[in-house]
Amino acid sequence: MKLEVNNSPFNEQQVTQLNELIRSLTTQQKIWLTGYLSATSLEINVGTVEPNQSSVAVVPAQAPAAVQAKAKDITVLFASQTGTAQGLAKKYGEQLKELGFEVNVSSMSDFKTNNLKKLDHLLVIASTHGEGEPPDNAISFYNFLQGKRAPKLDHVNYSVLSLGDSSYEFFCQTGKDFDAQLEKLGANRIVDRVDCDLDFDEQATAWFESVKGKLQEGAVEQTLSEKEAASTVLAIPATEYSRNNPFHAEVLEKINLNGEGSNKETIHLELSLEESGLTYEPGDSLAILPTNNENLVNSLIQALSFDANKSVTVGENVVSLQEALTNVLDITTLSKPVLEKISEFTANNELQELLQNRDELKQYIYGRDLLDVVEKFGPFTWDEQSFVTTLRKLPSRQYSISSSQAAYPEEVHVTIGAVRYEVDGRQRLGVCSTEIADRIEVGDKVRVYVQQSPNFKLPSDETPIIMIGPGTGIAPFRSFIQEREERGAQGKSWLFFGDQHFVTDFLYQTEWQRWLKDGVLTKLNVAFSRDQEEKVYVQHKIEQHAQEVYEWLQQGAVVYVCGDKDHMAKDVHETLINVIAKQGNKSKEEAEEYLTELKAQKRYQRDVY
Amino acid sequence: MVEKIVLPPQEGKPSDVEEIKIESNYLRGSLVESMADETSAGISDWDNRLMKFHGSYLQDDRDQRLERERKKLEPAYQFMVRVRMPGGVSTPQQWLKLDEISEKYGNKTIKLTTRQTIQFHGILKWNMKKQMQELNSVLFDTYAACGDVNRNVMSNSNPHQSQLHQETFELAAKISEHLLPRSNAYYEIWLDKEKVVDTQEEQEPIYGELYLPRKFKIGIAVPPTNDVDVFSQDIGLIAVVENDELIGFNVAIGGGMGMTHGDTATYPQLGRLIGYVPKDDIVNVCEKIMTVQRDYGNRSVRKYARFKYTVDRLGLDNVKKEIEKRLGYEFEEVRPYSFDHTGDRYGWVEGENGKYHFTLFIQNGRIKDIEGYPLKTALREIALIHKGEFRMTGNQNMIIANVAPRAKKKIEELIEKYNLTDGKNYSALRRNSMACVALPTCGLAMAESERYLPSLITKLETILEENGLQEQDITIRMTGCPNGCARAAMGEIGFIGKGPGKYNMYLGASHEGSRLNKIYKENIGEEEILASLQPIFERYAKERLDGEYFGDFVTRVGIVEAVTDGRDFHNKVTV
Repeated sequence: MKLEVNNSPFNEQQVTQLNELIRSLTTQQKIWLTGYLSATSLEINVGTVEPNQSSVAVVPAQAPAAVQAKAKDITVLFASQTGTAQGLAKKYGEQLKELGFEVNVSSMSDFKTNNLKKLDHLLVIASTHGEGEPPDNAISFYNFLQGKRAPKLDHVNYSVLSLGDSSYEFFCQTGKDFDAQLEKLGANRIVDRVDCDLDFDEQATAWFESVKGKLQEGAVEQTLSEKEAASTVLAIPATEYSRNNPFHAEVLEKINLNGEGSNKETIHLELSLEESGLTYEPGDSLAILPTNNENLVNSLIQALSFDANKSVTVGENVVSLQEALTNVLDITTLSKPVLEKISEFTANNELQELLQNRDELKQYIYGRDLLDVVEKFGPFTWDEQSFVTTLRKLPSRQYSISSSQAAYPEEVHVTIGAVRYEVDGRQRLGVCSTEIADRIEVGDKVRVYVQQSPNFKLPSDETPIIMIGPGTGIAPFRSFIQEREERGAQGKSWLFFGDQHFVTDFLYQTEWQRWLKDGVLTKLNVAFSRDQEEKVYVQHKIEQHAQEVYEWLQQGAVVYVCGDKDHMAKDVHETLINVIAKQGNKSKEEAEEYLTELKAQKRYQRDVY
Repeated sequence: MVEKIVLPPQEGKPSDVEEIKIESNYLRGSLVESMADETSAGISDWDNRLMKFHGSYLQDDRDQRLERERKKLEPAYQFMVRVRMPGGVSTPQQWLKLDEISEKYGNKTIKLTTRQTIQFHGILKWNMKKQMQELNSVLFDTYAACGDVNRNVMSNSNPHQSQLHQETFELAAKISEHLLPRSNAYYEIWLDKEKVVDTQEEQEPIYGELYLPRKFKIGIAVPPTNDVDVFSQDIGLIAVVENDELIGFNVAIGGGMGMTHGDTATYPQLGRLIGYVPKDDIVNVCEKIMTVQRDYGNRSVRKYARFKYTVDRLGLDNVKKEIEKRLGYEFEEVRPYSFDHTGDRYGWVEGENGKYHFTLFIQNGRIKDIEGYPLKTALREIALIHKGEFRMTGNQNMIIANVAPRAKKKIEELIEKYNLTDGKNYSALRRNSMACVALPTCGLAMAESERYLPSLITKLETILEENGLQEQDITIRMTGCPNGCARAAMGEIGFIGKGPGKYNMYLGASHEGSRLNKIYKENIGEEEILASLQPIFERYAKERLDGEYFGDFVTRVGIVEAVTDGRDFHNKVTV
């Protein structure tokens, strides 16, 4: 946001000076300054600072009176697949604690449902998985709330923050469901639900500010001591990299892992984390902020007959159209909300009809981008500004980290499959993957931050692990085995890998061979689908070794699945049920229960996409 | 019950390969497990040694080695598979299967070898068994196509002498069958035959559990054609014909091509005649000669293990006596014979049986489709209508043989349609050229061969044309290492690879294959090759006698010494 006289408490001169200063600041300097001002202003004259509603600083919105009373009990429950919701829950929980509240932050899977009756304030932060499904760690709680045994909750004050991806049909569905169900059970909504898209930072912060405001209303308010204020400053680490503040990591190595003649192109990227202070654990993901393909941007501007240099306002910034479409806005992913906004600018009936027909819409959206829409559904009534307003922000892309920091303290490695395909005779390029594959070279910098994955983690060193990761799904397992090698972990490990062709697509082959030889990896089975007439996939290999897989399960092994969600993960899931049923002499239902129980024990973890 | 074969004691520690053989339980080793390991396309070195006895060995595409290492991929492992094809004869049905296998499992090419068979390259581990079974379905196998055993038996392929050809071909097949390993390992591993439990000595009554010290080669020549390079063989059989009938063979022993750079105790050697035997006992004669090598060949140092060194070490007469002792009779006097060339005669000829034969020039024996010359497709189409047979020659060429007069027109049409060459459009030098595979698949190659020789010849052709020599038959042979697959030591011009782009150049072998060549320049590149040959060609054009071959000329005028015994192949060290 740009400071102006009418949106801030400053005068003309101050606004000019501040804007000039802010423009010259690095992100880190801004963060530091935010904390510094919060703390020092309180130090100088507590309670006299004008409240600034739009500030993202952690200063209470209202100057607190020195009142001491019983702190409110706040329960923050998260439903998290990739760890984003969990991260927010923990962060907000910490901030509320510092304001003096009693706070309990918990995964839905760890929350005992009989404690629902004792709830006072409930904050739900829920992501949505796949086609509107709740994440793995929320399924039982979700089912309980929807079921007959759910208690009346009219003693509960609540609010829901939902996270999602608007390119999916059932955007933020889990959050919506929780919100509706809590209301139905009689709970009192204190702040309206906010549905966040992939660039959740601003909306999530706004939601939390409102929630905080509500919580601090009334009798229960606390004074921030100077000490607490100071610790608040420290609580914002200088190294909290995020979408809005990514770390610029230098590319140390870039290798296409696929051999000559492969249909695939899988990039192994090694990035430097030197002096970033960034840390990650095996299983975590690295988010990369991409830029759009220049050719696509140019084609789009041309198709729109717009002026590339025309200034447009995007969020708080004024930039050229070219710049906005290259660096800021999503021009590749189509979604119903975006198309609905676009439809306001065209009289073209075809688009209206498409929006009415769910199946056709779904089919049309698949694999197409904004240029298709512009070419097909004109003429449009928009100008540069109203056009960019219809678009959402360019989201970051997340890749499972394929290195262990124990093995590479100053580096992070990722394994990226380049996405290229053709629709309607035009080649389509994965935004981030082909930027890395085609335009990023060793020595260049990439904007990144770490995305924790609390639900995809190594067990204790002694526990056997079964890793199922075809294609780029192999990435986290390279990290796992590197970690276990560094730790000298004694637990058995078994990798199932697959791809198209043995000769060209056996990702990290020589590393696996060495680990196998050295005993760091206990077993390795591979399936290459196109090396013989009949297709062979990882699930066939699991089936082939059914007896031993079941023995490992009985010995307490943790099963990990990483990779393709739509086919592989489903097939593997079915195969596991079959293996458990057959080897354990169980009915299909019993086998499913067995697997559900594994899930509850965090012994069946998936990172699928 | 056959007696256990006990080898006479030898000095020196047996080589590692001897250990592998003795541990292998008659060629089985851990091949079954190695082939089933799905984490690598390769097999262990140990098993690879055994694999050779099964007609195959592991190679990798050396062009890709560095790049693959960077990509964290193992070398591009693949198997070379060599078919056992005694006398180099394939029916059209068999050819179609070979064609199919190369397309389905191989690198889509077929290489005609210098020993009248074919080999596939680029076969992946998990296709090996299927490929072997498909070969078996047309009655081909690969047993003993490599390894320390008797290899593919060569036989004259001269199309003029059709009756003789048939007879020598049948003898070649008989010798091959008789000297084939008897272990059931091949059939168990590749063809899913049940494991035979019997006393192992019964399995190998001729070889015993250690097989031979080194490879062993037999070839049959029918004068005047020496297309099998009969003096390069461990046993060279020269057909003796009386009144158009084969009556027996002159026998030469102890020929062989391989040597090691820098070790003058190793050398290519010519076979030496030890006498004449009637044809009826020829299989037995071959067996007895081979058992002498089995018992007396060096089993400690493999580079000294070929039969030629055994013969030279023990003395030709002593070896002859030992063979005669085992035969129970003496060889007769050598009968007169004469050879006039080692090459092939291209184009159509009519055989004595009234059938027609077309000898096709195939550059370096590589059969593949290239733009403008879809040779492989052409041969496939011919095979579909051909009622005769295909014959591979020892010069990496192919004969479309036994075409009935009425069928000739249709074959001719295909030859014309695909512009198949009898070599007339090429220089005589190119028609007389041979090159081994070398890079990228051969693990031994130090320099290019098959991929390089054609372009070197193009440059030499310019010089030859300037001197009016484009129609002069001159044999030119190149190998990427000194092991001798293309018999470079018997080329009038020979090149043996030393390093990338560097060759030893040899001159002066005889055109009909009775004399070795001699080193002329060591370790030279293309520029120096051309600069060295230019004045010699010029001089040859001016000073040659009527009908004098290039190899004879350079030895007559003293450009190089004539070498008739391999022990004189290397220059004497001048002190």
